[in-house]
Amino acid sequence: MSKTLKNGEVEKLKTGTVIHGDGSAAKMEVEETEVKSEGDYRESPVYIYHDWCKKCGICVSFCPTGTLASKPDGSPYVKHPEKCIHCEMCDRLCPDFAITGAKEK
Amino acid sequence: MSKIKQKHIHNKYLRQKKKFPHVWCPGCSNGIVMGAIMRAVGELEWRRTNTTMVSGIGCSSRMPVYVDFNTLHSLHGRAIAYATGIKMYKPKMDVMVVTGDGDATAIGGNHFIHAARRNINLTVILINNNIYGMTGGQYSPTTPTGDKATTTPYGNLDPTFDICELAMGAGATFVARTSAYHAVETQSFIKQGLEHKGFALIEVISACPVIYGKLNKKGDASKMMRQMKENIIPVKSFEALTENERENKLKRGIFRKEIKPEYTAVYDKLIDSLKPEDGEK
Repeated sequence: MSKTLKNGEVEKLKTGTVIHGDGSAAKMEVEETEVKSEGDYRESPVYIYHDWCKKCGICVSFCPTGTLASKPDGSPYVKHPEKCIHCEMCDRLCPDFAITGAKEK
Repeated sequence: MSKIKQKHIHNKYLRQKKKFPHVWCPGCSNGIVMGAIMRAVGELEWRRTNTTMVSGIGCSSRMPVYVDFNTLHSLHGRAIAYATGIKMYKPKMDVMVVTGDGDATAIGGNHFIHAARRNINLTVILINNNIYGMTGGQYSPTTPTGDKATTTPYGNLDPTFDICELAMGAGATFVARTSAYHAVETQSFIKQGLEHKGFALIEVISACPVIYGKLNKKGDASKMMRQMKENIIPVKSFEALTENERENKLKRGIFRKEIKPEYTAVYDKLIDSLKPEDGEK
């Protein structure tokens, strides 16, 4: 962590780890809401657990409505959360248990 | 947004403290089949302590490490032999075997056909990826003729095994084939196989994009899954095709489901008949 960040600058390394710049030196903090594979459905219908994802691209290519899209490095993200129809296709076809398509009940 | 709650199957049957992400390559279908197994067991509401998963050696046989049943990781090809032992000792235990194509039909071929012949109440989930993945890509009895493996760089000469036909010939009473792409169907077949009283075989065609796919230029994981979707078709549509159209196609569905005397029940009956009656010495 030798890199110094400017005041107010935030760099996300991976899920749960955030580096805050406070002017003097970079400080690493772990977010309080640590995410587990149980999922966190507050903001998105699909929850992706990036620590387990291997970027195979199956969820993105088989999503029937185009809710998911991939970043340049291949990792998936929820591009259009309003399009999700809760079909659980991504959940069932993920080989790494890294995605949870929540069913609305 | 309404608060969405879901009790996910991962929390119930996955050993989350084990090393995750798992050892399988990116895009490997084994994880999909494992999810289908956990969902099927979850649907049946089986107790973890009364369910046993046995496996041999291979990529797919790594599965018992990650699921929280009673698990046994045994010798190469001998998974069904171990499972037979468990079933004979504890007939009330629900025993399933997860095995690969090389594990079950090459080195463990004899165990496989004789367990099918006896009709012992086991559920064998055979994940067929057409190659020996773990040991570096040697050709297996199910590698299609002409396809490349590291030990057949100019193409495989051997004709392939049809595992479902083999099991039916040996006398299995529940035989089904599906593919990892058809995950809902896989779950349903596994559930029916687990409920079936007798030897059940569920062959799941899976994708190995990193070794088999790369050697045969089949493309990446999602491309291989798409090929599965197109080429593995229901029995009725398969039978409607002409001989030429059937090339590269496989049929899926339940091929046999019948009730025959189950081995442990027959054995118990024999033991009961040999017990001395009251007053007899």
